[in-house]
Amino acid sequence: MSTQDQNIATYNFAYLDEQTKRMIRRAILKGIAIPGYQVPFASREMPMPYGWGTGGVQVTASIIGPDDVLKVIDQGADDTTNAVSIRNFFRKVADVETTTETAKATIIQTRHRIPELPLTEGQTLVYQVPIPEPLRFLAPRETETRKMHALEEYGLMHVKLYEDIARHGHIATTYAYPVKVEGRYVMDPSPTPKFDNPKMHMSPALQLFGAGREKRIYAIPPFTDVVSLDFEDHPFEVQKFDKPCALCGAEQVYLDEVVLDDRGGRMFVCSDTDHCETRRAEGHVGELGVKEAAE
Amino acid sequence: MYVAVKGGEAAIRNAHRLLADRRRGDRSVPALRLDQIVEQLGLGVDRVMSEGSLYDRELAALAIVQARGDLIEAIFLVRAYRTTLPRFGYTRPIDTAAMLAERRVSATYKDLPGGQVLGPTFDYTHRLLDPELATGAEVAQPDRREDADAEPMPRVSDILGHEGLIEADGPLPAGHVTGDITREPMEFPMDRDTRLQALSRGDEGFLLALAYSTQRGYARSHPFVGEVRIGEVELELDVPELDFPVTLGRIRVTECQMVNQFKGSAKAPPQFTRGYGLVFGQSERKAMAMSLCDRALRASELGEDITAAAQDEEFVISHSDNVQATGFVEHLKLPHYVDFQAELDLVRRMRAEHEAKSADETHREAAE
Amino acid sequence: MPRTDSSAVQTADHITGGFAKPVFDAQAIFRAVMDAMARPGTIQPTKAETQPPRPLSPVAAAITLALCDNDTPLWLDPALRQSAAVASWLGFHTGAPSADTPADAHFALVADPAGLIAFENFAQGTQEYPDRSTTLILQVTSLSSGAQLVLEGPGIDGRAAFAPTPLPRHFVEQWKQNRARFPRGVDLIFAAPEGIACLPRTTRIRAMEG
Repeated sequence: MSTQDQNIATYNFAYLDEQTKRMIRRAILKGIAIPGYQVPFASREMPMPYGWGTGGVQVTASIIGPDDVLKVIDQGADDTTNAVSIRNFFRKVADVETTTETAKATIIQTRHRIPELPLTEGQTLVYQVPIPEPLRFLAPRETETRKMHALEEYGLMHVKLYEDIARHGHIATTYAYPVKVEGRYVMDPSPTPKFDNPKMHMSPALQLFGAGREKRIYAIPPFTDVVSLDFEDHPFEVQKFDKPCALCGAEQVYLDEVVLDDRGGRMFVCSDTDHCETRRAEGHVGELGVKEAAE
Repeated sequence: MYVAVKGGEAAIRNAHRLLADRRRGDRSVPALRLDQIVEQLGLGVDRVMSEGSLYDRELAALAIVQARGDLIEAIFLVRAYRTTLPRFGYTRPIDTAAMLAERRVSATYKDLPGGQVLGPTFDYTHRLLDPELATGAEVAQPDRREDADAEPMPRVSDILGHEGLIEADGPLPAGHVTGDITREPMEFPMDRDTRLQALSRGDEGFLLALAYSTQRGYARSHPFVGEVRIGEVELELDVPELDFPVTLGRIRVTECQMVNQFKGSAKAPPQFTRGYGLVFGQSERKAMAMSLCDRALRASELGEDITAAAQDEEFVISHSDNVQATGFVEHLKLPHYVDFQAELDLVRRMRAEHEAKSADETHREAAE
Repeated sequence: MPRTDSSAVQTADHITGGFAKPVFDAQAIFRAVMDAMARPGTIQPTKAETQPPRPLSPVAAAITLALCDNDTPLWLDPALRQSAAVASWLGFHTGAPSADTPADAHFALVADPAGLIAFENFAQGTQEYPDRSTTLILQVTSLSSGAQLVLEGPGIDGRAAFAPTPLPRHFVEQWKQNRARFPRGVDLIFAAPEGIACLPRTTRIRAMEG
C-alpha cells in the first residue's frame, strides 16, 4: 500500500477493518460447527459489485494471512477476467503470494468449479455464492425457508426433483444441485455443475461458502458426509462427456465446449485450466493438442 | 489450431485506461471541479449521500465524477468507502422541530405556526427549458427573510397530537437498542427502526414506484402530506466522560410526515396514522415516497390485511437496495459457461429423447 | 452500546500485554482456532503472545482478543471474575461488554473448567438460529495428559483423539447431551500452553480411556 497516494484513504491489511474481520471470523467458526447451516452475517459493501464474489472475497479477506498462497478461479480458469480482478485485489491489499497451481495454493477462491486435482488437508476452498438458500426457488421468503430448515422439512425439495423426473424422465437440475450435509442440512453447493458434487464429500480440505449480497456464510468441515439428493429409482448421476479433453486428453474431467466456427465446428477442452496445463506439461496430448516442446 | 484465450490481465488494464479516457472526454473542455458539482449539481450530490449513507458532499461529488454521472455507480463508490470507516459512536436523535428550515409546506393546514415556506423548490416552475442557463448568465441574489421574523416551527404531528387524533411517536419497547443495518444481518420481520434505515438508503426509483402503487389502490392509505421540511439540524453526541452532549456540526435533511386516515382495526382505534420519511440533503420525492412505503409496511402492526407489494416487508426491503440489485442483475454478464455447458448437455439429451419418441410415434401411426 | 465496568479503573497495567502486531496476531490465532474447529482433536500451535493478568492464561487471552469485541457479551467464570485486573484488561483490549447471565454470553471464558456450571446454562441457540449459542473458551493445563477422548464426526478422518485436562464435571455425559441438542448447542475451544484444540457441537466422543 506504500505505493498509494498519501492523500487517499489507506486500507487495512486485506481491506476489511478488524471489527468486520472478527464478525466474519465468528460466523465462519459457527458455520464449521454447524455444517451446511447458513450463518447470517453483516456483509459489508466491498469495492466490487454484489454478485461478483463479495461473499467469497470477505471470507478470504478474513482468513488470509501473510503466509498464505492464493489461487482464484472462475469457471475453473485462472485467467477469466473476474478471477484476474479478484486475484489482483488481494495482491494489492494483502500483498500475498498468488499462484495458478492448485497444489501450491493454501486458499483457493472459486466461482462455479471445484478443481480437478483432489484437494488436501492444508487447503481451504472458498466458494462465491449468489443464492445460498437451496429452497429459495421453492419458497422465496426467508421467513418460510428458515422454518423449513429448523424443522428439517425438506419434502418440497424432493417433490420438486421428483416432478422433474415425472415430466422429463430426468432430474433437470444440472448445477447448484442440492446436497445434504452430515445427514441434517440441505445445502446449495453454489452454482457448480453437479459434476463437482462428489468432490465435496469427505474432502480433506475445509470448504467455506460466502454469499455477500444475501449475507450468509456456511461451511463444510473436512471429512464430512455430503450427499447429493436423489431417489432409489433415480440415483444421482454426474455429467459424462463423450470425448476426452482435446488438448490434454484428460478423461473424467469437466469440459468446456469451444465453438470453432459458424458451421457447427466445436471442440471440448478442460474447464480447469491449471489441470490441463499441468497435464500438457507432463506430456499428455489430446486429439487437437500439440506437444509442449513443439511450441 | 486452437489456443485458449489468455491475457485477462492486459484486457482489464486496457479497458480501465479507456474508461479513464472516456471519463475525461474532450481534453479541450475544462475538467469538472468538485466544487462545481457540489454547488451546481447539489441534488445529485444529495442523492448519492442519501443512498450512499454517508454525509460528505465532496466525496459524493468525487464519486459522481468518477462514475461519469452514473448515480448508482457513485452511490456504490461511496458505500464501499463508507464501510471501511471506523465508528466512533452514535449521535443522539436529531430534533427536526428545531430545524433551521429553508422550506416547509403542509398540505393539511392553510396556515400554521411557522408558516408555509416554499424555499428552493421546483414546484410552480414552468418546465420550459431555460436557454439563459446555457450561456451562464448572472443570477440575482434571492431575498432573505430576517432572522428576527423566524418563529418556531412545531411539527404538524405535534399539532395534531394535541387533539389526540393522531398516533403518538411510537415508543420502542423498553430496553430496545436502536439497530444498525450496516452492522447486523437483517432479520424478518424487522423492527421499524431498522426498516426505516433500509428505506432511507433504498433506491429512489424503486420506492417511488411502490409509493405510487399505493396511491393507485395497491394498499391505499389515504395519505395527506402533514408536512415536508428541508433544512439544517444539529448533530449531538453523548460522550461518556461528559454530562452534556457535544455538538458535532449540522447536516441538511429532508423530513416528510405523511398523515393517513385510518378507520381503526382490532389493534388500534380510528385515528390518523403516520408514515415517516427522512433522507440526507434535499430530496422531497424520496422522503415522500419513503413515508408512503413506511406507512404501507406498517400494515401488520396496525392490523391491516396484507394484499399488495408495498406492504410486503420482505419483498420491499430485500429489493430496495440499488447497490445490491445492480450488482446481481449485472453479474449475469460474467462468464457462466460452465453452468451453461451443463444445461446445454441436458437440453441436447432431452431433445434427442423427445425426437426419438416422436419418431417412434410417427412410425407407429404410419404402421397402424 | 458497550457498558463500562465502573470498578475497572484503567491503568497502564491494563494497557500493556496485548498483541504486539494486532492485525497479524489476530489472524494467526483465528486461523489456529479455525483449523482446530475444522479438525476436532488436533492441536494447533499458537503463534502469537499475550501477557494478561493472572489467572487468565496467555493462550486463552489471545483467543479472546482475536474473537471478542463490543458486539460480543463475554461471561467470565468465578475464578476470573474475582480478578478486577482481568476484567479491566479484557475491557481495555476487547471492549466486550460483560454478559449478565451465561445465557446472554456469546463467549464464556473459563479459567477453572473443573468448577464450571453445566453447559445447558449457556446460550444454546434456537432451532431457527442455532448459531446464537455460546462458545466456551476453556483454559486447560494440557491437551495430552488427561484421559484420552476418542472422537468421531465432521472434520475427522475416521477417529481422532486428544486428552485435555482438567475437564468440566461429568464431561462425557454433558457432551452427549450437548450433541443431542444439535443443531443447537455450545462449542468448545480449549486453550492450553501447547496450543489450541476445539470440540464443535458435531463431534461425538466414542470412548474415554483412563
